[in-house]
Amino acid sequence: MGPRLKLFLPLILFAMLAVTLFRGLSLDPGEMPSALIDQPLPAFSLPRLGQSGLLSEADVIGQPALLNVWATWCISCRVEHPYLQQLAAQGIPIFGLNYKDDDQAAQRWLDELGNPYRFNIADREGTLGLDLGVYGAPETYLLDAGGVVRYRHVGVVDDKVWQTILAPKYMALNTGSGAP
Amino acid sequence: MTVLRALLVACAMLLAGRALALIETYEFSSPELEARYQQLSEELRCPKCQNQNIADSNAPIAQDLRKLLHHQLELGATDEEILDYMVVRYGEFVRYRPRFGGTTVVLWLAPVLLLLVGILVLTRMLRSPPKTGLSGTESLSAQEQVRLRSLLDKAGRDS
Repeated sequence: MGPRLKLFLPLILFAMLAVTLFRGLSLDPGEMPSALIDQPLPAFSLPRLGQSGLLSEADVIGQPALLNVWATWCISCRVEHPYLQQLAAQGIPIFGLNYKDDDQAAQRWLDELGNPYRFNIADREGTLGLDLGVYGAPETYLLDAGGVVRYRHVGVVDDKVWQTILAPKYMALNTGSGAP
Repeated sequence: MTVLRALLVACAMLLAGRALALIETYEFSSPELEARYQQLSEELRCPKCQNQNIADSNAPIAQDLRKLLHHQLELGATDEEILDYMVVRYGEFVRYRPRFGGTTVVLWLAPVLLLLVGILVLTRMLRSPPKTGLSGTESLSAQEQVRLRSLLDKAGRDS
């Protein structure tokens, strides 16, 4: 190493450090990609909310869809609810996973606030939630036509999240081959 | 003195009550299982509150995971099976000691690499001769020797 280059070493090191740390400013340390990405939805057999009969993973297969994890004890879910109804009105298939909730309270919620879901899986003990790696509600999973998990969004789905993150992925699943 | 002692006892009781209220207790069929429960619940990270392990966190998901851990231990699952089960659902993220490989390679190797760089820099600094001050390799020319001697002699006479 020439003496001239050595002189610039601190500057070079500083520049590298600055770039690394600057990049760190825009990263979300809480972001945790789902372990299920590109894996099929875990098998389940759970009651259908408000009706008799059991639901299984086969019931959500057939078209790209959203699987929304919600509960009546979840305050953010109430914030998210009107937007889900907008999406449902646009014809986007949304399945509900009623997570660790009371069936009657959940049914009352749907009667009062409207029902954006094709159907709701009543996961009273949170077993499917556990298999999915759910760690809080609301969470929204994007499934492809084959029932494979393509994306997981943690937190409220609003217009910004839908327009910037979910909609492009959903459209790609509908038009293209479905492969990422 | 008795008042002070009573106060201390009251404080201790309050603290004990609080500790019990925070974390539920489980019955184990053997002390060995209980030890493994302690160890695993300290190694598993709470997915919701990311700077706590599931033993310390009181988030609902941590409670669920503790319940599951107890259940699996009593069913006779090995540590490896339990950790695999958690990793399949929550990713390597859920372990405070992630497995070596894939995205965790950098995490595991960075300290060793940094240590090596440090040693390299240190040995280079120690080996190279200091730049400033007199070094042993330089010697005075004959003329300088004569001048030095005359100066020393002069100093000797003056004192």
